Amino acid sequence: MLSSADLDTLLLTFKVAAIATTIMLLIGTPLAWWLSRTNSSLKGVINAIVALPLVLPPTVLGFYLLVLMGPTGIIGQFTQWLGIGTLSFTFYGLVLGSVLYSMPFVVQPLQSSFAMISKQSLEAAATLRASPLDSFFTVVMPLAKPGFITAAILGFTHTVGEFGVVMMIGGNIPNKTRVVSVQIYNHVEALEYADAHWLAGCLLLFSFTVLLVLYTQIKTSPMAQPFK
Amino acid sequence: MFKNVLIRFCLFFLLLMCQSTFAATTLVAVAANFSKPMSEIAAGFEKATGHSANLSFGSTGKFVSQIENGGPFEILLAADEKSPEKLIKDGYAVSGSQFIYAMGKLVLWSATAGYVDEKGEILSSGNFKHLALADPKLAPYGAAAIEVLNDLKLQDKLQPLIVQSENIAQAYQFISTGNAELGFVALSQVFENGKIINGSAWIVPAQLHAPIKQAAVLLNNGIENPAATELLVYLKSAPALEVIKKYGYYLAQ
Repeated sequence: MLSSADLDTLLLTFKVAAIATTIMLLIGTPLAWWLSRTNSSLKGVINAIVALPLVLPPTVLGFYLLVLMGPTGIIGQFTQWLGIGTLSFTFYGLVLGSVLYSMPFVVQPLQSSFAMISKQSLEAAATLRASPLDSFFTVVMPLAKPGFITAAILGFTHTVGEFGVVMMIGGNIPNKTRVVSVQIYNHVEALEYADAHWLAGCLLLFSFTVLLVLYTQIKTSPMAQPFK
Repeated sequence: MFKNVLIRFCLFFLLLMCQSTFAATTLVAVAANFSKPMSEIAAGFEKATGHSANLSFGSTGKFVSQIENGGPFEILLAADEKSPEKLIKDGYAVSGSQFIYAMGKLVLWSATAGYVDEKGEILSSGNFKHLALADPKLAPYGAAAIEVLNDLKLQDKLQPLIVQSENIAQAYQFISTGNAELGFVALSQVFENGKIINGSAWIVPAQLHAPIKQAAVLLNNGIENPAATELLVYLKSAPALEVIKKYGYYLAQ
């Protein structure tokens, strides 16, 4: 059965994923909107940067984060200047790592669904005196709803499954940075296969259920589901 | 002229073929703390015998799970004595082939010069944010570090400051990048030719923890491979022992 330490890791994982997903949607929405509408020469560069975590091994990202968040790194210097110390081995360090790691899974579905919204519908809204912000909330968001749902679910589930980054910057502290993927790995290494099976089984069931709901219940255009 | 070249080519290939019949390669799982000395020993082994050794570094615990699930390793250089014994008991390693190749030393290390004093009194001051050590459940050096904290009666006080890594190489990474001000690592990671390479350190007195006896064992996969059996012999030879001593280990005898 699941021990209380195992349950703690599950809870902590969902907490990291929920906070990271919220942040990713807040940052990812304007970013995806800009990417879907701009003709700027920067578009290619930004697109490439957002997609990088899809290609890079998570350990590379984790190692750079460890160096950058350390007391001599840029992020570390900044957070120390803010008076909150360094972010490595903290809950918010994990959240930051997760946001960077899972960002493409949020930005890409949003970007595709934004791209399909026609100019005409926005112009129609404008003739009815809707400000750009108005039409974003009343026209774009309802039209792009499937994109938002896909982005939120993929961002959340991908963060739940994160391992390499946490391994590098976490420090395995109970209730702060010991997430479920690390706990499973440690069970396996300690040859506690029964515990590992229970926890891995829970995670498998969770992931499958979420993805099943995503791919069967939610009616979206194929463009909004880049991983289908 | 052309014929001459052709003959030389053929001779060259014949030579290569001879090499490959006599020289074998063995795949060795090496506990992270022993990575530096073993790389050097493997180079010496290749020169001395013509065989070569492919080294894979990681935590002993991970290697044991991999070996028990069909991992291709032929030799395990563990960071403890227990794991080789367990592998023999479970039928994955050759009984009687195990021996202690080195005795590890634990060190409290910081990347900052002058940070750790020579008696390790900084530990009792608790004047730092993070103390890194390898997971005591997985890594013998982590278990030894916890023993030291217990002996010094500091375990309760320092528990909130402890950050754990999966293996000893990662503990070194936490400290060397400055994310943890100090931590327990293997002396071999920060030591060469009789002195600490950089930063500051307290070599923990051996009586504060049970000796870290590191044992090697021949795995079933390696029984037929001359490179594997010869590497175990070479590990006990004078040149190998010299390297092991150089990195700050005690020898078994």
